[in-house]
Amino acid sequence: MSVTGSAGARGAARPLMRLVTMSGAPILRQLHLEERLLRRTADNWCVINDGTAPPTIVMGVSGRVSELVEIEPVLRDRVPVVRRYSGGGTVIVDQGTVFVTIICDKSAVAGLQPFPRDIMSWSGQLYGKVFDRFGEFHLRENDYAFSHRKFGGNAQSITKNRWVHHTSFLWDYDVENMDYLKIPKRAPEYRLARNHTEFLCRMKEYMPSRSVFTDGVITALGEQFSVQPTDLETVLSNDEEFVPSTKLLSQQDLEEIVSSKGSSSLGVQEVEA
Amino acid sequence: MSGMCCAVPDGLKYTQSHEWVKLHEDGVATVGITDHAQDHLGEVVFVELPETGAQVSAGGSFGNVESVKATSDVNSPISGEVVEINSKLSETPGLINTSPYEDGWMIKVKPSSPAEADGLLDAAKYTKHREEEDAH
Repeated sequence: MSVTGSAGARGAARPLMRLVTMSGAPILRQLHLEERLLRRTADNWCVINDGTAPPTIVMGVSGRVSELVEIEPVLRDRVPVVRRYSGGGTVIVDQGTVFVTIICDKSAVAGLQPFPRDIMSWSGQLYGKVFDRFGEFHLRENDYAFSHRKFGGNAQSITKNRWVHHTSFLWDYDVENMDYLKIPKRAPEYRLARNHTEFLCRMKEYMPSRSVFTDGVITALGEQFSVQPTDLETVLSNDEEFVPSTKLLSQQDLEEIVSSKGSSSLGVQEVEA
Repeated sequence: MSGMCCAVPDGLKYTQSHEWVKLHEDGVATVGITDHAQDHLGEVVFVELPETGAQVSAGGSFGNVESVKATSDVNSPISGEVVEINSKLSETPGLINTSPYEDGWMIKVKPSSPAEADGLLDAAKYTKHREEEDAH
């Protein structure tokens, strides 16, 4: 467990949080990194990835492809589909997406129990400090929204002693990419059956620049942590044995789903996303 | 969080990470998560369990549950071999919420070191532990 940091106001020690910043890293690589940092290190981390390529569909651990993805155009256009290690719904990410991931030891935030709603409440307050001056910010049923329009989707993974809260923020998005996604059966109540373009908003319409956003995140974290920029290469050792659970679905996997007429995809339990 | 929470039956042993184990006379142990855990997790929508024959270690993860956009590891209180899994949870994962100590059981284990259970919390100590956590 990492506790060395620096003294904040009143002499209280702030735990160390290592900061990794990337730009345009493929989302599969980012998610594999997150899993390694979660399961193979004892430190607190913030990972910021500003944009990603290529445009990729990312599903939660239990998502059913046939219900969430328009498979035919995905196969036609060879859009990558990734099943990530955390819970939650399906997104399509691209250069307009900014990712912020927070990985913490369970003792890093005093009094915070490692359960989903507790962590989400904490993160909602953190991001309130980032966004309040730019719009009517809300944590709405586990989404980050300006008024009633979502701009940030969250997911979490919780182990015995550590947790991850990661968010895909829509700095901008390509409305045509949304056509690869179906409207999910299980949706937040505040969505009110709106289509993607009516439900979502773009952060760039509320904030002056991406760097204002990412700097704001780092500043907000700095109130609770001693944030230290970190070069990954100096921290990670060669860990050939670790096998992340996040997987890229193959073309064959997707073709089998099309041909199976809606049966279970890849052995995942039959649940709503 | 529910004000009605949380049941802590006698006769079970508990972990600080909110799992329970019941030792049966035939030597097999049943494992699940507590009422406190299901209450804090929210509606469980997906459960991932090991296969029968898998080995589990005390304190190690044997599977996970998904709720409120989060996957949460579930840890085994004891070491041993998984001899049965609750197949009902694939169709009805919500059994963990409605019946965490009965129909929502997760795995059955043949313990490799039965004495491990002696180091776990009894109902009174677990109740104190979870109340201390909720008091923060």
